[in-house]
Amino acid sequence: MVDSFACSFLATELDARSGICSVVERLQDMGLPEARAHEVQIVLAEAVNNVIEHAYADAPLGNVYIHCNLNTERLWINIHDAGAPLPDEKLPAGKLIDLSGPTEDLPEGGFGWFLIRALTSDIRYERRCGNNQLALCFEINANEAETTNVVP
Amino acid sequence: MSLTSTMTGNAQIVTVNAERIDAAIAIQFKEDMRSETESGASRVILDLSEVKFIDSSGLGAIVAAMKQLGSDRKLDLAGLTPMVDKVFRLTRMDTVFDLYASLNEATAARKS
Repeated sequence: MVDSFACSFLATELDARSGICSVVERLQDMGLPEARAHEVQIVLAEAVNNVIEHAYADAPLGNVYIHCNLNTERLWINIHDAGAPLPDEKLPAGKLIDLSGPTEDLPEGGFGWFLIRALTSDIRYERRCGNNQLALCFEINANEAETTNVVP
Repeated sequence: MSLTSTMTGNAQIVTVNAERIDAAIAIQFKEDMRSETESGASRVILDLSEVKFIDSSGLGAIVAAMKQLGSDRKLDLAGLTPMVDKVFRLTRMDTVFDLYASLNEATAARKS
């Protein structure tokens, strides 16, 4: 059985916060397990923050479109926006950030893509007709150890 | 961003009275932490037990708050809820901060 839904919200931090919360609640109502719901919330927050801060950085206020497709094995979430493309239209590597240096040099950002990659089982990006399409896949039934893809 | 402080021994406990430290509030959190920790206590324990969610902006703001204290002072974290704990461990930030399951454990720990 496949369930899907779509929604959209304005690309502002507060609208994103409530929009993402609604998406996650709806997915939980559709049977998404709590552990996955946590991971989806983290990944959506990161991906949508990127749209707000980067894709729409120099543009007038735009929308973020979310489409979810859930079956018993996996959840695909598509995030679509009309903002600027990813640099070189490529997915960032999102490597684990080195924290071994002195405190005063610790980074305060750059963790977003690492978290997205660590918590998804597949990511696809496409630039089409001036729009960004980012598709994120979450395995539903795999246990924690299998789904956390941490690349050192 | 509501922060409340109490002193215990030589540590300042700063309680975050918010459910989320995310992109919408991260900058405010960093500024509020700066004011709240001006007193100069050598050890600050950040009580995160009410915080249900942080994203990378919130994580960065907590790192910034630690850097703001300076090298002579320490920022420990207590009461991390599951999603917050997960973000810290995935990013290996649990190697940068001492994480305590509860405020009691944090205050009981001896700090040199």
